[in-house]
Amino acid sequence: MKVLLCIGHVPDTTSKIKFTNNDTEFDKNNIQFIIGPYEELALTRLLELKEKIGDLNITAINVGPAETEPTLRKALAVGADDAIRVDAEPMDAFFVAKQIAEVYKQGDYDFVVTGKESIDYNGAQVGEMLAEILEFPSISGTSFIDIEGGKAKLEREIDGGKEILEVDFPFVSTAGKGFAIEPRIPSMRGIMMARKKPLNVVAATEAAAKTKVTRFYLPEPKSACKYVDAENVEELVRLLHEEAKII
Amino acid sequence: MSILVYTENWEGKFKKSTYELLSYGNEIAKMMNTPLIALTIGNVDDNELKSLGNYGAEKVLKISDPKLDVFTSKSYTKAIYEAAKAVDAKVVIFSNNVSGKAISPRLTVKLDAALAAGVMHLPTSTDPFLVRKRVYSGKGFADYELNADIKILTLNTNSFEVIENHKDTVIEAFSVQIADSDLSAKPLSVEKTSGKLLITEAEILVSGGRGLKGPENWGMIEEMAEILGAGTCCSRPVADLEWRPHQEHVGQTGKVVAPNLYIAIGISGAIQHLAGVNGSKVMVAINTDPEAPFFEAADYGIVGDAFKVVPALNEAFRKFKQGS
Ligand SMILES: Cc1cc2nc3c(=O)[nH]c(=O)nc-3n(C[C@H](O)[C@H](O)[C@H](O)COP(=O)(O)OP(=O)(O)OC[C@H]3O[C@@H](n4cnc5c(N)ncnc54)[C@H](O)[C@@H]3O)c2cc1C
Ligand SMILES: Nc1ncnc2c1ncn2[C@@H]1O[C@H](COP(=O)(O)O)[C@@H](O)[C@H]1O
Repeated sequence: MKVLLCIGHVPDTTSKIKFTNNDTEFDKNNIQFIIGPYEELALTRLLELKEKIGDLNITAINVGPAETEPTLRKALAVGADDAIRVDAEPMDAFFVAKQIAEVYKQGDYDFVVTGKESIDYNGAQVGEMLAEILEFPSISGTSFIDIEGGKAKLEREIDGGKEILEVDFPFVSTAGKGFAIEPRIPSMRGIMMARKKPLNVVAATEAAAKTKVTRFYLPEPKSACKYVDAENVEELVRLLHEEAKII
Repeated sequence: MSILVYTENWEGKFKKSTYELLSYGNEIAKMMNTPLIALTIGNVDDNELKSLGNYGAEKVLKISDPKLDVFTSKSYTKAIYEAAKAVDAKVVIFSNNVSGKAISPRLTVKLDAALAAGVMHLPTSTDPFLVRKRVYSGKGFADYELNADIKILTLNTNSFEVIENHKDTVIEAFSVQIADSDLSAKPLSVEKTSGKLLITEAEILVSGGRGLKGPENWGMIEEMAEILGAGTCCSRPVADLEWRPHQEHVGQTGKVVAPNLYIAIGISGAIQHLAGVNGSKVMVAINTDPEAPFFEAADYGIVGDAFKVVPALNEAFRKFKQGS
């Protein structure tokens, strides 16, 4: 079996965010980029599945300029079999989904996994858009995946509970929390092997972005915390009622 | 032309978030000078449907088709697509919840539309269509320009107030063609953790961290939640250690919440935790460590031991509730 795993190249979760060029661009200076946290969990679970069913080839794909290659190499070091970079600036979610759909059609993949949400644009769009372009079912925010007897079994969180689904191939699953517990990290051997694994660069296809960021903003600075004495908690109740008017 | 709002129902009932959504849609309808139409799928009685007219809906399209009794993103997208076409919707609005997140990107592709997910404010302009949303997990915001004839928005819960605006709404049955091929991901079973307040909907949340030492100490947290009519949630290590259910984990890799009041007890305030809660209107931190980063984000703080402060605070909240 073959799976296409869509990997975002995103700022480390501890990054302090800044904008540049009149607040029209994200300032990449001093930012460490990582594999999106959900995709990291997805990769971990797919490797467990590979160990279980034996026959599973994991292709990591990113739509991005050359600077994203270290992120793809990291996915290879963790255990992906090969990687594809679509050489383009990811203009918006629709543009990215179009590129990935094109790659999907060129290969002989059985299903696609994406993260449920990127931690830069927080769009939660690419996976579902891809599913609609390919006319596949989509299962969003999947918290568990297993493959048995030619069928996939997935679990997802719904409002106020969870749902277990059985799905025929092909499909798109967007991975959420619970997909795996602890992400795997690359071993020394994995890092060595990653250098020899194929990372293919393909040209982008024509697609028009439908959205554009015209300006970024930082949140308003918070006013200083007002402290209440631990021996006088009634004061907090009063402040929440009279000042914040929240209770 | 119209503005279409997808009003999801839960066992035939609407929630406050449904009315927030309509109120939001109605303001956009005014900006664009076009009628507001609501769309429901499933069995909702006419009285409940009529209630949508109190928030500006001039018409309610009602789809009841047994094929849609089970939710699949593909079939729901198809149904809403047909409705959007029929009423020539220029803006389609969803709640930014599980189903809204699943349907809206698919519908965007089908309608050749442009999508902004997780908006919190009205568009600043409708031509060009500009709307602000949070990016970088709440560490920043961005103005998005939507460049397509049809715009799709998903609205965060608790981010827009309910505004009454009575219309004599008409209810119209709308039928759709759903093929079996639209239903390809069938649920085998559904497990409901019912009765509990959904943390993404709660107006007040009481949240506990590793500072609470163990699951046996959550009694006082639940007590506070009960007094305040609040939901409970927790930091990631608390869920990872299985002190609390995973549905309660908030933060960058958990749920994103934006209640009116967030009370953080024994939580250090790591950047990944704050990313999921910094949309809250007012935040309170209770922590023994005066240097805990949460105090930088909090509006109110108590430096003290949760095991002393929380019981005292519960007493004070109870007295306040009895007095008011
Ligand atoms: C990729 C990534 C994603 C992450 N995503 C999330 C996420 O989504 N959500 C999340 O929460 N975390 C997340 N984390 C983890 C985050 O970095 C922190 O480790 C975590 O939030 C700490 O949880 P805590 O505050 O409960 O525990 P601790 O950091 O252990 O803090 C406990 C706090 O309790 C205080 N305390 C101790 N005793 C008492 C007492 N008696 N009374 C009052 N206070 C007391 C201490 O002073 C301390 O501040 C993520 C980390 C990574 C690397
Ligand atoms: N440029 C990209 N290349 C490959 N995959 C991506 C890219 N951007 C987003 N994705 C995938 O799509 C998911 C959702 O992204 P988003 O729609 O931006 O929230 C991410 O978790 C990734 O799995």
